[in-house]
Amino acid sequence: MTGVRVTDVAIIGAGPAGLAAAITAADNGANVLLLERDSHPGGILRQCIHNGFGLHYFGEELTGPEYAARFADEAAKRAGRVTLMTDTMALSLSGDRTITAVNPHDGPLTIKPGAVVLAMGCRERTRGALGIPGTRPAGVYTAGAAQRLVNLDGYLPGRRAVILGSGDIGLIMARRLTWEGAKVLMVCELMNYSSGLNRNISQCLRDYGIPLHFNTTVSRVHGAERVEAVTIVSVDDKRQAIPGSERLVECDTLLLSVGLLPENELTRMAGIELDPATGGAVVDERRQTSLPGVFACGNVLQVHDLADHVSREAETAGRYAARFAAAGSLPAPALRVRAEGFTRYVVPQRISAKPEGLIDLYYRVSDAVKPARLVVKSSDGGTILSRRKQAMTPGEMERASIDSAKLSGDTVVLTEAI
Amino acid sequence: MLEADGLNRPDVFDCAVIGGGVIGCAAARLLSRYDISLALIEASEDVSTGASRANSGIAHAGYDAAPGSAMARLNVRGSAIYGQWCGELGVPFERCGSLVLAFGETDSRALAELYESGLANGVPDMSLISGDEARALEPRVSPDAIRALWAPTAGITSPYQLTIACWENARANGLATFFDTRVTGVDCSGDHFILNADGGASVRARYVINAAGLFADEVARMFADSSFSIKPRKGEYILLDRDDSTPRRVLFQAPSAMGKGVLVSPTADGNAFAGPTALDQTDKADASTTREGADELRRLALRSVPGLNLRAAITAFSGLRAVGSTGDFIIRASDIQPRLIHAAGIASPGLTSAPAIAEELADILAAQGLALKEKPGWNPVRAPIERFAAMTTERQAEVIADDPRWGHVICRCETVTEGEIVEAIRRGARSMDGVKRRVRAGMGRCQGGFCAPRVIELLSRERGVPMDSITKSGGGSLMLAGPIRESARGFASEEEARA
Ligand SMILES: Cc1cc2nc3c(=O)[nH]c(=O)nc-3n(C[C@H](O)[C@H](O)[C@H](O)COP(=O)(O)OP(=O)(O)OC[C@H]3O[C@@H](n4cnc5c(N)ncnc54)[C@H](O)[C@@H]3O)c2cc1C
Ligand SMILES: Cc1cc2nc3c(=O)[nH]c(=O)nc-3n(C[C@H](O)[C@H](O)[C@H](O)COP(=O)(O)OP(=O)(O)OC[C@H]3O[C@@H](n4cnc5c(N)ncnc54)[C@H](O)[C@@H]3O)c2cc1C
Repeated sequence: MTGVRVTDVAIIGAGPAGLAAAITAADNGANVLLLERDSHPGGILRQCIHNGFGLHYFGEELTGPEYAARFADEAAKRAGRVTLMTDTMALSLSGDRTITAVNPHDGPLTIKPGAVVLAMGCRERTRGALGIPGTRPAGVYTAGAAQRLVNLDGYLPGRRAVILGSGDIGLIMARRLTWEGAKVLMVCELMNYSSGLNRNISQCLRDYGIPLHFNTTVSRVHGAERVEAVTIVSVDDKRQAIPGSERLVECDTLLLSVGLLPENELTRMAGIELDPATGGAVVDERRQTSLPGVFACGNVLQVHDLADHVSREAETAGRYAARFAAAGSLPAPALRVRAEGFTRYVVPQRISAKPEGLIDLYYRVSDAVKPARLVVKSSDGGTILSRRKQAMTPGEMERASIDSAKLSGDTVVLTEAI
Repeated sequence: MLEADGLNRPDVFDCAVIGGGVIGCAAARLLSRYDISLALIEASEDVSTGASRANSGIAHAGYDAAPGSAMARLNVRGSAIYGQWCGELGVPFERCGSLVLAFGETDSRALAELYESGLANGVPDMSLISGDEARALEPRVSPDAIRALWAPTAGITSPYQLTIACWENARANGLATFFDTRVTGVDCSGDHFILNADGGASVRARYVINAAGLFADEVARMFADSSFSIKPRKGEYILLDRDDSTPRRVLFQAPSAMGKGVLVSPTADGNAFAGPTALDQTDKADASTTREGADELRRLALRSVPGLNLRAAITAFSGLRAVGSTGDFIIRASDIQPRLIHAAGIASPGLTSAPAIAEELADILAAQGLALKEKPGWNPVRAPIERFAAMTTERQAEVIADDPRWGHVICRCETVTEGEIVEAIRRGARSMDGVKRRVRAGMGRCQGGFCAPRVIELLSRERGVPMDSITKSGGGSLMLAGPIRESARGFASEEEARA
């Protein structure tokens, strides 16, 4: 009937996170089974054909597919230890780390690994989640779906587009659609700042004269069959629509770039503790979740802006997954890391009982703070690190390295305006 | 456009049904057991695109309608035979029961009145219970509910599955279907009707069933019958992702000034919804959702289920009830043209009543002289498209060994495989919405963000048409604007080659 596969480490998702975790786990002696539902490895990077990847990791600028290919090639070199199964969808994860999956070739699969790395990436927020009223015609796409249509399928989703949300995918797509001869009328952003990278605002909008309207949202979709127009409206500082500021914009496409949500269905199924602030699992500095032997990294853990950080994080997860598989256990999460002040979240949320070496704390702020001061301290008051920064914005992930030897008790990561 | 498998296409059909909603399709299904030639004429590209697509999906117990009305009679009869219909047609139907909640003394009096109507209408097994008894039946019910009317015969179904299943079953038994065919005028001068459609097509039939939903009054007028009119009443919904706050039973509120019947209910697919609002309007085409509607739903839903997780909203939609000028269903032969039979003003509980309305329509046709002789070999059974996600592991292994496409997951949220989508297309899905209603691809939490490009590809491949001709729901609802420029296309495929 259905065979059970045993492996040291099973990794769900072969995006940059899963690939890097697989390489590192293999280099640490583990046999790795890498499950990917798509027909190719690379994850979301397969459709990111723009430049801008790898500056931190490789010290050179690569396109998304090039960046992914470097890791896919490295994984392929370890073919003896890393088995990549494409077209394979992981369907469930249980509390004893058993994975069920399916693919056209093998049918249903049961996998019993020594350790698991979750690397499922994220999905995009939709119109339904935002609750934009109006009609329900064709022509409303998330920016990522539109990106796939253009870059992988070779089709234009529409010819006159309004983009809601100034997240990076929306910005990149504004430029991409313009290159393809479509007219991007504007990008509307609810907040008074963009969650996208500054370089993308300048290279994707300003260079092409595409207006970016802050404090503006789409309040209605019009059109019976295909989008015919959207109503845009200005909002006040409480994000409430300002009556009388409505404006009808004729277009045939509405692209949504309004946030990414870590794809944690499997994580939830396994009963793993989630952090409401990140939407991902609660992990320690080794990226071990509340379920021993299950690790998480990449966008499934927290939405990253740079693939380079994803790769680094995944190496950590892969290394310790291999170690867990070999040793059967690792020190459990013991201490808490708390976000205070303008700090919205910190990953890792826990520190294990036996931390080693330098620990990188990744965090985001809840609002634009300029200038800002970051203070990392023990909950009993001792300051571990304190530094100033000209500006911190929710769009850019921040990092602070601390020496684990200095840790005592819970850790507080405080961002304050100065 | 004639369906390829509508085999018997005579010059003049014995009976033509105008409208492929649940009423038209249920009628066609029942009539397909008789030895007559039968046609279904539908303005859209698929069945179940009108009210039958966007409603509460509840098979009501039958205490709501005024005693003595057609609504009361057909609701109770419909409810009684629902299990058999859904069983034969492979459609989900669960008698989960309904509670009408009372939050104060005025509400309690309203419950007592509903209970009395229910008794008069012949609704079985109802009881008036305390708030605590209601919470024992459904723990998510608000602590503020003091009494409830419990009706165990109420159930939930998938309205579009039922409509599609009736249509498939009728088709398998000889129904001919004309899609994209809107009847715009009728020639009544001869011994049969000539139904003329926009675009020049025409269908001839001796008897006609008018099941045109919101437009049944306009169709009647084409036969010079202006005995009734239909007004739209909008109902908006918010659909929620599955989670712990999803109730297991249908939860109404006592009819009061506070709300006009907003309910919280599970769906046949395990989601929850809040809805519907009730807003009278004049525009029969306006099924848009509104900010005000959503706000009202949130407020009223939380009154029934305070813990309802409204942040898990997946989508919002609305449907238009076809409210007839008589206040009741209008099911009778036309006074002007006795061989025209109306099934008009089929507002709620039309979905529940559909099987009973079909029976009544057959009786009226017979009374008007159409000979209804059972034909040998009629098959009442329609096999549903098997759902991969609901199969045992053994069954999954079996179907994948048989056809590997059943092991290829296309819709990640609802775990829908290529095999299911291909089967939906084979059975008649022509658009994204057609696929979605048949197999749920794109109905989950990401609303097609992931699978839409893949479903476009499959529709294009299976139907042998270009990608950029694929629509969301027929007509001009094109998904794509066209291929990108050749130069850039090279770039995309280069990437593909490398990956
Ligand atoms: C449009 C866009 C532009 C970007 N631009 C830049 C940039 O310029 N520079 C930069 O450095 N970063 C950029 N990023 C960020 C970077 O791409 C992401 O941070 C990175 O891809 C995340 O990697 P991941 O492996 O965690 O997730 P993903 O790349 O999303 O990979 C997850 C993988 O898991 C698979 N999967 C999920 N669930 C299952 C399952 N149940 N079974 C099997 N497989 C599964 C998916 O198919 C996918 O392949 C961009 C991102 C986007 C979306
Ligand atoms: C908000 C709401 C909630 C409801 N909740 C429930 C419930 O919980 N339980 C219940 O029992 N009932 C409920 N109902 C009622 C139920 O949905 C309807 O009674 C039922 O769907 C009506 O089906 P129909 O076939 O008459 O109409 P439709 O489904 O509207 O079908 C009519 C069809 O006729 C076609 N048509 C129109 N004009 C022409 C023409 N000239 N030529 C060709 N074709 C034409 C249309 O395209 C359409 O497909 C609800 C209704 C609404 C709107």
